[in-house]
Amino acid sequence: MSYRQKHLLAIEGLYPPEIGHLLDLAESYVLLNRSGKTQRDLLRGRTLINLFFEDSTRTRTSFEIAGKRLGADVINMSVSTSSVNKGETLLDTAATLNAMHCDLLVVRHDQSGAPNLLAQKVDAAVINAGDGTHEHPTQALLDALTIRRRKGRLESLVVAICGDVLHSRVARSNIHLLTTMGSRVRVVGPPTLMPTEAERLGIEVFHDMERGLAGADIVMMLRLQRERMQRGLVPSAREYFRFFGLDAAKLAVAKPDALVMHPGPMNRGVEIDSAVADDPHRSVIREQVEMGVAVRMAVLDTLSRGHGRNEF
Amino acid sequence: MRDVLFASVRLLDPASGLDLHGDLLVRDGLIADWGPSLGRPDDALVVAEQGAVLCPGLVDIRAALGEPGYEYRETIASAAQAAAAGGITTLAALPDTLPAIDDPALVRLLRARGDETGSLTILPYGAVTVGCRGEELAELGLLAEAGAIAFTDGGHTVGSARLMRLALSYAKGFGARIAQHPEEPSLAAGGAATESERATRLGLPGIPAAAEAIQVARDIRLTALTGGAVHFAHVSTAEALRLIRQAKEDGINVTCDTAPPYFDLNETAIGDFRTYAKLSPPLRKDADRQAVVAALADGTIDAIASDHQPRDADDKRQPFAQATPGGTGLTTLLSVTLAQVHSGTVSLGQAIGLLTAKPARLLGVRAGRIEKGQPADLCLFHPERIWQVESGKLPGKAQNTPFDGRALEGLVLGTWKAGRRVFG
Repeated sequence: MSYRQKHLLAIEGLYPPEIGHLLDLAESYVLLNRSGKTQRDLLRGRTLINLFFEDSTRTRTSFEIAGKRLGADVINMSVSTSSVNKGETLLDTAATLNAMHCDLLVVRHDQSGAPNLLAQKVDAAVINAGDGTHEHPTQALLDALTIRRRKGRLESLVVAICGDVLHSRVARSNIHLLTTMGSRVRVVGPPTLMPTEAERLGIEVFHDMERGLAGADIVMMLRLQRERMQRGLVPSAREYFRFFGLDAAKLAVAKPDALVMHPGPMNRGVEIDSAVADDPHRSVIREQVEMGVAVRMAVLDTLSRGHGRNEF
Repeated sequence: MRDVLFASVRLLDPASGLDLHGDLLVRDGLIADWGPSLGRPDDALVVAEQGAVLCPGLVDIRAALGEPGYEYRETIASAAQAAAAGGITTLAALPDTLPAIDDPALVRLLRARGDETGSLTILPYGAVTVGCRGEELAELGLLAEAGAIAFTDGGHTVGSARLMRLALSYAKGFGARIAQHPEEPSLAAGGAATESERATRLGLPGIPAAAEAIQVARDIRLTALTGGAVHFAHVSTAEALRLIRQAKEDGINVTCDTAPPYFDLNETAIGDFRTYAKLSPPLRKDADRQAVVAALADGTIDAIASDHQPRDADDKRQPFAQATPGGTGLTTLLSVTLAQVHSGTVSLGQAIGLLTAKPARLLGVRAGRIEKGQPADLCLFHPERIWQVESGKLPGKAQNTPFDGRALEGLVLGTWKAGRRVFG
């Protein structure tokens, strides 16, 4: 079974074979990319629009490179969400995109569900590049590819996702993907940064790094935004680092070969210590970036073929 | 005006306990007579529907109108159309309009605008605070004198405990009730859905159910402190209902209503970001919905309101957290309530009482009853006939129903205002 949806809006709801298909294809693109070759005939004549309502240089660039390596015409559109009537902009933009006959639409938005709304209105296949605090499916796929290449599997691993889970779309997508593929997921952080009824997602909740990281195969750190301190969810950056920042001492309770991951951009000294982030034996943070391009090529490839359109 | 004879219908009036199979005669717009079998005046228009029930025109204790200020959502004329299609002949209108109903002239205007429709009596709520801003008390006395039926800030909670105390205390002097939107503002701020597993999965900022209970608990104590009268609008949680039940047992002057979404739907209705199901308060977990059903059955809830909130397409075609909350409710009020009759929660008499006699008594008006010599405000419905709610095809302008697609058993066949047929 290959991928059965028209869009990629969320990891939640995907079946293991769909995820496996995307990862297998991405694997082949890793090899292609490393060989220095491209496949510019695959998406020749197709238009890919990167529609970013929120700044993100790395994700946008990653999609741009992925699209160009496959030969698509890539256009970047950055739309400010500071204007008063955001929703109107979103739907006006959808109408404009339809008129321009866009084939693949990559959307980043600060509101959960915005790509779902766009997907109802545009003809293009929509790829969610991060929506509010909902999902960031390509990030979870690239994390999974990184893990699979290093550990040889995605099942029966113990994965600790640490930090601001409440506001993290990366955490949600990773939780769905890793539990779907048969790994055990723990989330670790202060109770004020844990979502309501998190355990109902099939995961374990810890408020103590030492217990949460004990025996972990993977330690996935999340970015803590300064705004969380301002809103009083965490008293201060130094207190956060003391209890939830990843340093060598806290990492010591994980498995000796545990991998350290971070979706970037990192706040060094807040959620992660530089010594850990830059440790070539433990940190796969730079590898994640490489996998990002391959995964996005696989997603663009798959969706442009229109696998399973109207199957549901 | 021709006489109207309703022939061989079930006459149901919870206010008087009337429940018999027979005829009812309307003469000169007034209810003239009823009985098991009346003679048929030669010139009377005969209305006969097999299996139909004739009850008082419904009294809706809580609905927002688009006027003044939000005519793009709905006008009073279009709301009256939707109300008539729902069997509603009397409606208490919320004051958080633009401008807010905080001036006696606006109260008189709204009453007059209702009368102009010829189908709907509008009973305006007055604002508790100037502009419904929660800062200073509005002229409650002058508003009451002009005909304000009670006081509320509509969808805004009177947040300050001091101000709420003053309002309850001061309104007592005019025999008026304060209706509160029970949602602790700082806990609810920024929230888009009930705080739960579902909100977690969708990545939506949550509003905890406790936000309702906290506000209810505070205001029960302030009511006890002042000896005033409080009414909690659209109560939606088990915890709040428990507090209200207890307060009633303690003899505190507390009443409450709920609205059909809170006993017919739960949070799953928001599905994948369906903004038509974004309401205020938000749709709750099913355990809360079940508690609302139980509170309908045991009498804790005093009335069922439409909680009508007209929105236009642009209010709703937004990312979920940015969409304006609120759903229409006028046309579906009776039918969704009847689902609770069919499921055995309440009797038909209880259900109609919650839509007629009880809200009328709370509002202190003579509507919602079948009484000889009184204007013939009547609703004729068939309790079993089936129809399907379809957004885009509902009467009136606003189409933002949370019940889109719902098949309902129970259909309004006709509505009469002062003896004149205004629907059907």
